[in-house]
Amino acid sequence: MEYEISLATTMAISVLFALSLNLITGFCGQISLGHAAFLGVGAYASGMLAKAGVPFLLTLPLAMLLSGALGIVVGFASLRVRADFLAITTMGVGFLFVGIVRQQDALGGEMGISAIPDTGMSKLAFMLLAVAMAAAAGLLSTYVRRCWMGRVFAAIAEDEDTVRVMGIDVPRFKLTAFALGTALAGLAGGLYAQHLKFIAPDSFGFIESITVLSMVVVGGIGSVVGVSVSAAVLSVLPSWFQVIGDYKLLVYGGLLFLMMRFSPGGMAALVARIFHPDRWGSK
Amino acid sequence: MLYVELIAQGLIQGSIYALIALGLTLVYGLLRILHVAHAAFFTLGGYVGVMVANQTGSLAAAIVAAMIVAGIGGILVFRLCYQPILHQPPFVPLIASIGLYIAAEELFRIVFGPSGLTYKYAFLQGQVIAFGSLRFKEAEIAVMLGSAAIIGVLSLLQTRTRIGVACQATVSDPQMAESFGISLRKVGDINFFVGSALAAFAGVMVSVLNNMVEPTMGSVPSYKALAIIVLGGLGSVRGTLVAALVLGVVESFGTIYLGHFLDRNAIAFAFLILVLMWRPQGLFARS
Repeated sequence: MEYEISLATTMAISVLFALSLNLITGFCGQISLGHAAFLGVGAYASGMLAKAGVPFLLTLPLAMLLSGALGIVVGFASLRVRADFLAITTMGVGFLFVGIVRQQDALGGEMGISAIPDTGMSKLAFMLLAVAMAAAAGLLSTYVRRCWMGRVFAAIAEDEDTVRVMGIDVPRFKLTAFALGTALAGLAGGLYAQHLKFIAPDSFGFIESITVLSMVVVGGIGSVVGVSVSAAVLSVLPSWFQVIGDYKLLVYGGLLFLMMRFSPGGMAALVARIFHPDRWGSK
Repeated sequence: MLYVELIAQGLIQGSIYALIALGLTLVYGLLRILHVAHAAFFTLGGYVGVMVANQTGSLAAAIVAAMIVAGIGGILVFRLCYQPILHQPPFVPLIASIGLYIAAEELFRIVFGPSGLTYKYAFLQGQVIAFGSLRFKEAEIAVMLGSAAIIGVLSLLQTRTRIGVACQATVSDPQMAESFGISLRKVGDINFFVGSALAAFAGVMVSVLNNMVEPTMGSVPSYKALAIIVLGGLGSVRGTLVAALVLGVVESFGTIYLGHFLDRNAIAFAFLILVLMWRPQGLFARS
């Protein structure tokens, strides 16, 4: 049972993390290749605070706050550069985070921080907390998509210039998307740090950013259900099939490529195609 | 004296970057996709180079073989992977390309083993040429001269031959070029062939310089080459060359003066972000 609980916690954290990126990339169309940096900010904030004696549940909002604040800073970059330039800039942010953390002795440098104090919760309670957070993020996403803000997000993703011409304050909405998405990533990071009790800079590098992006893309960019399912499945795939462990990245890379090559809308589009074969290729 | 040495080291590193980034620029200029998987041809070049050199004992044969294999691979990637998804929004080919690159890197690791291969014969090793008080490895000189020669020949071909002019015309206005009877597919083939061959050449040179190839040798250059073509203003060949050399020098100074605070990659990307915030269209964009 211990193992299943741990697995379920991992799944919930991945779903939360993927949904956080989905807010930025899926809803608002701002591609990010450095999202793991915000998972890292949350994880380091929560881990360091917990080691300093702050109670665990209090570290989570603080981690969200710090991560969201940095997210707004990066969001400003999205006001300055677009599309391909933004992709490369966010990738740079990811490398910058890892590069800085690696050289700071206060943050444990290359070795990271270990022996993060216990939360005082049972494993089961911690899992339920993680699942509750993931579910809350799912509900929030569904709500955001339905409200006016979500419609503006979708419009920005579709055609930013038209939205601007219509007199809508595009920068404010973009920054909101970044703040929301990165704060949720920070929350996921806090849970991640407490779940593993050990964090190191390499856990938040480019591969992690790509992994979460692949979860979003494979699920179907913008689809809350699709992204949740794919994040849950992809996060435990390696531990379910021990054989694939060594080929994890090959499978990720291959999936990512094949999905984009044959079904750019992801699983959500694939499912829609199967149930509505008459709309084949209409997208 | 330290300054001159740092600049020289930066220029050597920069010319390697330039070779890799040039292919990326050719692809971006033509298709508007960020071809992350390009670095796979850098790694492929290194592996083919080592294997051919160990079989034949000739570095020249290794370079030629690596360039041809990578060039053909480039055409295949263009036809099979990119062409069918060109009409999709830009993030689709970008993510496909990242997936392709990750899968390729893993394939190298699985097929050739994680520890890499080394040269059986020593090429351009050991010998140090005194240049005033500056000292270089032979391989370093070869990298600089080789890059300069190849880039020179390429720019001659681009401006002096029919097909070179056709490529330039296609980059500046694909529709117009097509209506003048230029085949877009052929130009795409040529750009991918040349770009991948250049990356393979860089791969062989770097493998000679380090006397080894390993599956991950392409990962850092791949992301850095992206930073370089963005710095150079996406699609501008001259901008790419200058940006590559500038980045090489910035890195070699940065590691000395900022090394305790940022690692080498972080310096490169910090520089990139600073430049983009100042000039969002890159350093040398043609507006």
